[in-house]
Amino acid sequence: MKGNRRSGTRETAIAAVALLIVLVVPFVHRSPAFEDFVIRLSSMALFATSLNLLVGNTGMVSFGHGMFYGLGAYAFALMMQMTELSLPVAAMLAVLFTTVAALCVGAICVRLSTDYFAFITLAFQMLIYSVIISWQSLTGGDQGLRGGLPRREIFGFDLASQLHLYQCCAVVAVLGLLALRHISASPFGQTLRMIRDNESRTGFLGVVLWRARLWAFTIAGGFAGLGGVLAALFVSGAYPELADWPNSGQAIFAVMLGGINSFLGPVLGAAILLALNDAVARVTEYQGLVLGIVILIFALGLRRGVLDFLRVAWSKDSQ
Amino acid sequence: MKLEIRHLTKSFGGVRAIDDVSLTFPSGSLSAVIGPNGAGKSTFFNLISGAFAPDAGEVLLEGHDVVRRSKTERMQLGIGRAFQVASCFPSMTVAENLMAAVTARLGEWGNIVRRFPPPGVRERAGEVMDLVGLTHVENVKAAILSHGDQKLLDIAIALALEPKVLLLDEPTAGMGPDERWRMIERVRRLWDQRKLTLVFIEHDMDIVFQVASTIRVLCYGRVLAEGTPDQIRNNQAVIDAYLGKEEHAA
Repeated sequence: MKGNRRSGTRETAIAAVALLIVLVVPFVHRSPAFEDFVIRLSSMALFATSLNLLVGNTGMVSFGHGMFYGLGAYAFALMMQMTELSLPVAAMLAVLFTTVAALCVGAICVRLSTDYFAFITLAFQMLIYSVIISWQSLTGGDQGLRGGLPRREIFGFDLASQLHLYQCCAVVAVLGLLALRHISASPFGQTLRMIRDNESRTGFLGVVLWRARLWAFTIAGGFAGLGGVLAALFVSGAYPELADWPNSGQAIFAVMLGGINSFLGPVLGAAILLALNDAVARVTEYQGLVLGIVILIFALGLRRGVLDFLRVAWSKDSQ
Repeated sequence: MKLEIRHLTKSFGGVRAIDDVSLTFPSGSLSAVIGPNGAGKSTFFNLISGAFAPDAGEVLLEGHDVVRRSKTERMQLGIGRAFQVASCFPSMTVAENLMAAVTARLGEWGNIVRRFPPPGVRERAGEVMDLVGLTHVENVKAAILSHGDQKLLDIAIALALEPKVLLLDEPTAGMGPDERWRMIERVRRLWDQRKLTLVFIEHDMDIVFQVASTIRVLCYGRVLAEGTPDQIRNNQAVIDAYLGKEEHAA
């Protein structure tokens, strides 16, 4: 807390170093599997961290966060296929579209109490999923949007090349995470923690609760949309599964695995989850079973996410 | 700031929790509200601070009716309150609790551009901490504060909003005898230093008679009596309804 300007600079420095390392790796050693992993991680990290703005910061458990991830992917892919817009413009418009969608959905959801909030976000997700599945002429239905993405270049980078896509995703993810970190460390982020801790007192301090929640929901939806854009780039299209509820579940798993009270917890959780998915898929087709057991072990053994667990252990050691 | 209540009424179901209550709290006064359990004391505070809307009646602040204002607007107009069960932000330190309150007071709670705390907030939170005597636990999380310090923090959060009228719902609830006196002494000092119009609910009659300049007795949602400690002590209705029984129980 001391010297809040300095901690901001420190975070930027850490992010810059992390980004640098990730960008240097391919020049030392090319590993398609690793690059593939980082590309998927960048998308998943944005998705999970944006969800944690709701779950960890505000105490709003949304079961439907995947709808914004899916909407981001579809909006981007459709704009690339159906218009002549350049990639950065289409990406920005897709994020903007998702943000507006989150604002509309949030306006209906955020006034509800915790249980009903979780429930109705799930309901909205199912609604959007059904629309994607049944609007075949636009979305390709359950086949997804196929045919690839044209004009995959950005500032001279050709995203059809795995290396360039890797670099682009890493940069976008780090910038996105920095922005989320900044929001979480702002007075607004503090307001969200106040709501999580003690909603009624927060109201007595002059905070308009529904408005604060709605902003949080909208911002989180926008960043999930950005994650969806990266996913669309990776798969060269969009699939209904991106907007389906098991995908929301993946984000919740990532958040819980990594830790809800540490900013980077969801990023670590996303990495663990992706690595587990890959490892398990190689061994057995009963992925869900193995994943479920692993998650149970984490939940019952650590009783909190990995990063939260490490932080608590660390602060006990240093005392 | 003068607080005036006129014909305030509130029912829950068929029960009249507050029944045609009219009371005046002059600017800068220190008053106690007493009454048996279920007399409507906390409801009375909830109506003044805007937590509930009354069925009828007026709440006048310096002559202006605020009964249609939200609790946020009332806070901004100068009505502050602390709660019977200490209400703070458990995962935050004492300093963060108060900085958060000051930030909210400045209307900066929705700011996503700056970093928390905004400039000047730390200093103002520090002043409030000094005033209530919480500086020694500045960096302690509210969740692990002692009960007494949590109550103090609750009051400090209310003070951070710079109220003119401060409502304290049982500031000494759950405290031992010595701690009670220390607490109420602090409250008295705050009242004196900040020139507040202070109203507190209290069950300890020794404290009430010693500290308050005027006492209002509520019973079954009605004003049973009001006056100076001496007048209340000798009021037959109060003795019958409340004091006598209390002594029996003790």
